Amino acid sequence: MTAPAIANAALDDVTAVVAHPGQEPVRATRDSRPLRLITCGSVDDGKSTLIGRLLWDTKAVKEDQAATLQRDSNGKQNDLGLPDFALLLDGLQAEREQGITIDVAYRYFSTDKRSFIVADTPGHEQYTRNMATGASTADLAVLLVDARVGLLEQTRRHATIATLMGIRQFVLAVNKIDLTNYDRARFEQISHEFKELALSLGVRQVTAIPVSALKGENVVYDGRASMPWYDGPTLIEVLELATARSAQTVGFRLPVQRVSRPGESFRGYQGTVAGGSVKPGDSVVILPSGMVANVTKIVTFDLVRNAAVAGDAITLVLDRQVDVSRGDLIAAIDSQPMTGLAFDAQLVALQPEGIQPGKRYWLKSGSRRQRVQVQPASQLDLKTGKWNHADELPMNAIGKVHLIFDEQAIFDAYEQNRTTGAFILIDPDTNNTVAGGMITAKRAALGGIHAEESRVILSLPADLADQLMATELFAGRREDVEVRRVTAGKAAEIIDTIDG
Amino acid sequence: MPHSHPETELHNPQSTKPPLDPHLKALENEAIHIFREVAAEFERPVMLYSIGKDSSVLLHLARKAFYPGRVPFPLLHIDTGWKFQEMIAFRDEMVEKYDLDLVVHTNPRGAAENVTPFSHGSALYTDIMKTEALRQALDAGQYDAAFGGARRDEEASRAKERIYSFRTPDHRWDPRNQRPELWNIYNGMIRKGESVRAFPLSNWTEVDIWRYIQAEEIPIVPLYFAKKRPIVERDGMMILAEDPRLELLPGEVKREEVIRFRTLGCFPLTGAIRSGATTFDDIISELETATVSERQGRAIDRDQSGSMEKKKREGYF
Repeated sequence: MTAPAIANAALDDVTAVVAHPGQEPVRATRDSRPLRLITCGSVDDGKSTLIGRLLWDTKAVKEDQAATLQRDSNGKQNDLGLPDFALLLDGLQAEREQGITIDVAYRYFSTDKRSFIVADTPGHEQYTRNMATGASTADLAVLLVDARVGLLEQTRRHATIATLMGIRQFVLAVNKIDLTNYDRARFEQISHEFKELALSLGVRQVTAIPVSALKGENVVYDGRASMPWYDGPTLIEVLELATARSAQTVGFRLPVQRVSRPGESFRGYQGTVAGGSVKPGDSVVILPSGMVANVTKIVTFDLVRNAAVAGDAITLVLDRQVDVSRGDLIAAIDSQPMTGLAFDAQLVALQPEGIQPGKRYWLKSGSRRQRVQVQPASQLDLKTGKWNHADELPMNAIGKVHLIFDEQAIFDAYEQNRTTGAFILIDPDTNNTVAGGMITAKRAALGGIHAEESRVILSLPADLADQLMATELFAGRREDVEVRRVTAGKAAEIIDTIDG
Repeated sequence: MPHSHPETELHNPQSTKPPLDPHLKALENEAIHIFREVAAEFERPVMLYSIGKDSSVLLHLARKAFYPGRVPFPLLHIDTGWKFQEMIAFRDEMVEKYDLDLVVHTNPRGAAENVTPFSHGSALYTDIMKTEALRQALDAGQYDAAFGGARRDEEASRAKERIYSFRTPDHRWDPRNQRPELWNIYNGMIRKGESVRAFPLSNWTEVDIWRYIQAEEIPIVPLYFAKKRPIVERDGMMILAEDPRLELLPGEVKREEVIRFRTLGCFPLTGAIRSGATTFDDIISELETATVSERQGRAIDRDQSGSMEKKKREGYF
């Protein structure tokens, strides 16, 4: 858990403090903020049944809703006497008529330990667009496979998109395990394959669970009777213990939504803390102007606070008259975001028009909206995981692009901050949202050498290389640098060559 | 990290309220963020105020979002003329107490033609006195954004509703063509005449609403609490029999029962439940063991299958 997350969690629960020598104390705590998750899989994998089962067994479906289900489904029931869950989930008449889900739907259920928000996205066709939308706010992805079929190409696609959108916790639900006669070897083979896949994407938090959504085994209730060989958690247990998003390890960030001036004597800057924490006395910088001030007060309706952390909606009062307006970013002076006119980003194209090279879009990030020109560079082939050169991006494409601004832009890398590193593109002709994007890095120079050809090569002793690659600073610049591990002797040789 | 782990709440000695639990705090933060974003991006926002529990939460959040300033937009109440009397009294009390701007609108055509739930049936009555009235009021005020208290857990067609829900100049909702909504970045760009309905409570559930009302000590209409009240049974619903305009049909008998309401709308169309819940704890424990959803008491949802979606496409809130 990151430091602000601990700070957050520390307020939430009574926590046990475990001291580790040389480190900040680690608090073993249950995160009781709502968990946002996304479910990925197709109708064939039993996704509707799984979500229906979660809602049913946590009593989120009420009798009258069930009665509507029975009425609508014309007696269509499965052999366990449960209603057709797909009808519960496919809310819109248009969808019911066509028998498909076409959009992201949000479901709510809770246990006595925690509440959950599920982004339910369709498994086919426009899945990239819908999945990206659902995944943008998710802390965890549940990937579904049919135990008889195993991993599919779509499993890789779903896992890839989830990773790109910043999800770092996966659950693999190996569904329909009852139809394999609860075959343990089969389950272990699939979960092994999946863990390899997840690792190749850099995701280490993976739990695989053998599940029968239809029979309700290992979803909310355990399936020990049928699977005595499985002693791991049920799906709901994993969800109860997962970490809610708080990957905000950079410094304090407050995108200013509005300036509050109820009278001559008060001037406050309202917004939601998008990273780090703040307390009275902290020095802050206002971007893009670069002016500096100190925090005097953190005002909320209930009380004047002596600190605020990521996620808090606050009103900040500064110690001097500075020019601050909506769209500005107030940031920690000792840990500032990147500012510049050119950035690299990855984005998902969401509309039929795709993303056209050179077209000027509106970019909105936090509370800031500005003009941007977008140059596509490459497109991800979801089948192979390779990035191929591309000049434009069709709908559902995932691409790497260069962003060129008229005025100073302010970002963190998405890997470091999922709020100040994220943006949407709006087509000025239609006003529609045409892309969701994630900042990877700032570009050093406009119109200079192309970044792809100008990677810095670092030859370092292996231990030093590993240390460097583990730093957050490096995480945002991975694109620009190639690290070569060499022996200490070889490194000394290289330095000699340069010096000599 | 340079930051220590701060105690973020400096307890106000005057306040007896314990800090909100993290779940409600997260929902509150999200709602405040949405309020501020809409107020900053739109020229003429308005808040739909139905006087019910969700509206009460919405109003409370609006006051929090803009504190120490006033709520920077008016409240709009569509008065069908058939609301519970206690609701109207409560509304006026809130407006006075919190220094709010209130706009009340009743469909003049409906009033002139004497459209009532009894004479015209629930479907036509709702269409004229609620949906049409809302469109008239939004047009008259030239509002480009309207806050509503809808929650995604209320009804199947709401599950896919965005937080910023785009409407055409004639107030239509196209569920098949909604703008994608990623992260908490909302697209508020519209053309003249178009508008957005904004739903700060999208991610709240009914239990969240009650727990928040309790934790924040938010005033609500007393009809939500159980009390002995006069009722008649009609179409399988218990209707409050207080208003002199309610005429008993042959065979109907007025009697007293200990009842309360889970939702509040127009009294002839809102069914009471038998309940002894007189405190927040009672209501919450009742909900947690409830086997029917809250909209079960609403006649208008049951007119036909997919009826809420149909109403929404036509401009119903």
